Amino acid sequence: MIDPGKAVKESSESSPAGPSGKKVLTAIVFGLAFGFLLQKGGVAKYNVLIGQLLLQDFTVVKIMVSAIIVGMVGIFTLNHFAKVNLHIKPTRIGAQSIGGLLFGAGFALLAYCPGTGAAALGQGSWDVLFGMAGLIAGSYLFAEMSGWLKKTVETWGEKGKLTLPDLLHIPRLPFAYAAAVLLTVGLFFLQRIYPR
Amino acid sequence: MTREIDRVAHAHARAGFDAPPKPPVPRFFARARRTTRGARALPILLVFGPLAVHAADFGVNATNYDGPAWSPYFVGGAIGVLSWLTFYFADKTIGASSFYATLAGFFGKAVAPKHTESLPYYKDNPPAFDWGFIFVTSTILGGFIAAWTGGEFRNEWLHPMWVDRFGADSMLLRGIIGFAGGALMAFGARLAGGCTSGHGISGTLQLNAGSWLTVIAMFIGGIATAMLLYTAL
Repeated sequence: MIDPGKAVKESSESSPAGPSGKKVLTAIVFGLAFGFLLQKGGVAKYNVLIGQLLLQDFTVVKIMVSAIIVGMVGIFTLNHFAKVNLHIKPTRIGAQSIGGLLFGAGFALLAYCPGTGAAALGQGSWDVLFGMAGLIAGSYLFAEMSGWLKKTVETWGEKGKLTLPDLLHIPRLPFAYAAAVLLTVGLFFLQRIYPR
Repeated sequence: MTREIDRVAHAHARAGFDAPPKPPVPRFFARARRTTRGARALPILLVFGPLAVHAADFGVNATNYDGPAWSPYFVGGAIGVLSWLTFYFADKTIGASSFYATLAGFFGKAVAPKHTESLPYYKDNPPAFDWGFIFVTSTILGGFIAAWTGGEFRNEWLHPMWVDRFGADSMLLRGIIGFAGGALMAFGARLAGGCTSGHGISGTLQLNAGSWLTVIAMFIGGIATAMLLYTAL
């Protein structure tokens, strides 16, 4: 089994001088595609996003789960044949449950999240600009407190790089395929209950 | 009070020895004990509260306003394929929130360069026009192209659903709530190590345990707050 942190493919990590020309091109093309898809999927719209949190409109969950199914099957297959590296962020129970709750509360207030907010700005939903000012301020506030947080909250329940199949001692590829099947069945029922 | 002392004295007499009687519990502590019981119920409320409120009428229905142009399953699947491409061609994951931290770093360096560079977060993540920065800048343009070509460019400050809930004359409220929301989100995302893109899509699809935890916490916090915003305020 391949360690989640270990590179299976020679990394094309950019030099300290910044990304190379080819890397810049991938950032532009993939960024354009991401924003395009978010807008076409309706998740740059205020009512679709807040509708998800009011449990009235399930577009957000449908998009997220479809992306997870397709992405998961592809990434774990490619990783199995050593074509891509996994990029697993460490699990920190304290920081991630508190951070997640705070994020969720903020998400409900602004209605746009950091990625869909970028697409919403392109779409001409100018109210996202208030949120972007807040995002910048909040980021700096975090940086101000980062020394203290690193020594306290971020050490609570520190588990390192941990994937669900590793946690349950199941080989990764079969786990990913089984999870994809389960999530697809879940989407099928979700569609039955919530047509939108 | 006298009755309380009497009761204690009787109990003491029944016990048949000379140990000093236990003083009655003052009212203050009794109340404090009740509050702790309330705090213990808080996590339960946080999880089941939103489900209970689900039946509530928010006065507005999100599905009465225009929805997605394309099928969410097609869009989601395409984002999944996009993640293969970013992994394979760029050795990168899709993520958005660090863009704002980078921007904050640039502003910080312009105003107080020495102080900003001394902060542990910026020591670990020096602000730069890196891959993620270019990616999110392009996301803005991608959103514009999609809206423009689909005839959905909005050019509006307040969404009709917001207006139906808070009135047309609510720009100041939108500004305050939007700014507070953005600040909370950025702080939460940095603490958790990612946002709805970095954890919600890229992390979950790699079956990262911490990403699934983060996303569940995000939805609990989000659902509870949205339901409060659309009922209480």
